[in-house]
Amino acid sequence: MAALTPISRKPMSLVLPTVAASGGLLGLFVGTANGSGFLGIIIGAAIVTALAALYIFALKNEQMAKWISLAVFLVLGFIFGGLPGAILGVIAGWFFHWFTYWMYEGRYRQHLLPYLTPGQVLWHYGFRVICGAIFVFLITPILVVMPLSFNAQDFFTFTPEMLRLDPAGYSLKHYEDFFTNNEWQRSFKNSLIIAPIATIISVSLGTLAAIGLSQSHVPGRRAIMAIMISPMIVPLIISATGMFFFYSDIGNWLEGTLGLPKTFVGYVKVILAHAVLGIPFVIITVTATLVGFDRSLTRAAANMGADPVTTFFRVQMPLILPGVISGGLFAFITSFDEVVVVLFVGSASQKTLPWQMFTGLREQISPTILAVATILVVISIALLTTVELLRRRSERLRGMSPG
Amino acid sequence: MKFTKLTALAVTTALVAPAAFAQEMTIVSWGGAYSKSQKNAYHDPYSEKTGVTIINDDSSAEAVAKLRAMNEAGNVTWDVVDVVAADAIRLCDEGLAMEIDPDTMLAPAPDGTSAADDFGDLLVSDCFIPQIVYSTTFGYRTDLVGDTPPTEICAVFDTEAYPGKRSLEKRPINNMEWALLCDGVAKDDVYDVLATPEGQDQALAKLDTIKDDVIWWSAGADTPQLLADGEIVMGSTYNGRLFSVIEEQKQPVAMLWDAQVFDLDGWIIPAGLSEERQKQALDYIMFATDTQRLADQAKWISYGPARASSAPLVGKHADLGIDMAPHMPTDPNNAKNTFLYNYEFWADYRDDIDAKFQAWLAK
Repeated sequence: MAALTPISRKPMSLVLPTVAASGGLLGLFVGTANGSGFLGIIIGAAIVTALAALYIFALKNEQMAKWISLAVFLVLGFIFGGLPGAILGVIAGWFFHWFTYWMYEGRYRQHLLPYLTPGQVLWHYGFRVICGAIFVFLITPILVVMPLSFNAQDFFTFTPEMLRLDPAGYSLKHYEDFFTNNEWQRSFKNSLIIAPIATIISVSLGTLAAIGLSQSHVPGRRAIMAIMISPMIVPLIISATGMFFFYSDIGNWLEGTLGLPKTFVGYVKVILAHAVLGIPFVIITVTATLVGFDRSLTRAAANMGADPVTTFFRVQMPLILPGVISGGLFAFITSFDEVVVVLFVGSASQKTLPWQMFTGLREQISPTILAVATILVVISIALLTTVELLRRRSERLRGMSPG
Repeated sequence: MKFTKLTALAVTTALVAPAAFAQEMTIVSWGGAYSKSQKNAYHDPYSEKTGVTIINDDSSAEAVAKLRAMNEAGNVTWDVVDVVAADAIRLCDEGLAMEIDPDTMLAPAPDGTSAADDFGDLLVSDCFIPQIVYSTTFGYRTDLVGDTPPTEICAVFDTEAYPGKRSLEKRPINNMEWALLCDGVAKDDVYDVLATPEGQDQALAKLDTIKDDVIWWSAGADTPQLLADGEIVMGSTYNGRLFSVIEEQKQPVAMLWDAQVFDLDGWIIPAGLSEERQKQALDYIMFATDTQRLADQAKWISYGPARASSAPLVGKHADLGIDMAPHMPTDPNNAKNTFLYNYEFWADYRDDIDAKFQAWLAK
């Protein structure tokens, strides 16, 4: 439909100011990095406007204009930032060439409905730019630590060698430190002990609770539900303070009366506390899956002579499994990323990975933290991808289209 | 059926699991290079000798608050805690730390001098076993100070000769003393002046002249990071952190020892440990604070050992092989003009001046 929209060349009074503004924006960044943002805006706008005027009035050849643009910005980028600057320059050159012609030829209307007013066209693109900016602000802080984790130095600093893309500026030593340093390994192991056990407890209890609460004859189920998911809503520091005193008493009893060793009791305390934090996620995801569960199936199973336990494991469980698994993944991530409660409830022998990162960040600012952060981001992405795939599968099974 | 199996499994786990945990001690310290030096000099040799596993908890920064909470909950999980002397005095006053008898609980020097004489004046509290003398002092970027590197403390307040940001600790202690010293107050009068409201205002007014150029730090790692980034031209931090930046990380940074402030760091044993754990903690302390062990620590970090008998034993850095003596804050070349953290003064005035300082910061 939209390709039928006729396009026409736009007047210079629209094209040149828009192009100048985009050049000024780039100039602002380059200028700020080199001392004067204001000068940067002026020079950036001037260069880009001059090039645009050159293409439109003198050159009249789009291919040629592209190569000129690439060359000019390659050289400019190289002057300001060496090799990485040149690479960014090529990207900027391509963009400005494309943007100039996109504006000049009126191509920005090509894929839009023909009757849109200029205001609507502006909003159409403005909306996309805002969304893009939000995305950039969300993702950049995560991405920026990744190259820093390969730093050859022991500081959170982009060294000149790194900016020159010199291999000497990069190293795997922080990853090596993570895999060889006792403290990091111990805390990684603790996380791997605590998170899965806490997850298993959360999943078992959370699933049972969700199934129970989805029965319409349970009295006061809304109130019970609210209490069950409260650990998710109450500020963590408050839960943590309460848990500290609560589990201290339990811990003293386990150690004193039952004579269990201190370290073992410590693990029990942290695992139980993390399980409590994970249960709300399981309840919510499983409750959501149960909405689509056909109750007549359980009646049919009962009709065939199956007892409730068999019905649960053979009929209900397989159908709500995606909900259970994604709840479990959330519970796992909650425990794996949790630092506040473990700081209160745990003692040093239960030090988990986030705890080690927290103290490391405060006391020594070592890039090993960045290496670990990178590893954790990769793990998190893998887990979330799994959740998403499971969600799609469950929707397919229920005959909905993935969306 | 399934239930009984699960229960059986849980019971077996509960019975078997305890056997898997060996004898452990939790030692609380500051983390970073400092914990590493303790691990190398004290923990590893001790573990080797006794078979006790030592677990590091880098929580010294909130040791006072956490010990209070643990004491209240009747659940003290720490065995030995590394704190600065001022915290040790507070913990001792609140009855959260155990009193130590130097003559029976600490090892005498090799020549037979009693521990009490060997530590001498540094035993500032009945509960405190001194370990090191460290100093809070300045480091500066050699490439950002031009041809005339700073040689004295007042360079910090001279933004004309040394333009750029400086980092100072986000608390009045040390900063107030330095400000008065650079505002023309004689060194001997600093604490007399600082005890008066006018003196406090004078110090804050001096700090006001550089307030726009100050980045305030709260963790010891901040200034090294800022120096490495070149974000500041000079900054205060612990001398051991600066040693690491200069000698180990090879950054273009140099020391400004002038008007460094000495402070003590050492061990306390929390009150209320079980008899068995207390015995264990005392055994560790006896081992870790003997003459040789204290001298050993200086192989990994440039802090001066607290025992007089350890000083002659300070040798070379374990990895770099350089002589450690010239890097000690107590070395005569570095200690020409020094302060000693004034425990009495700050115990009396800390709350008042803290409030004033925070209000000034927020202005």
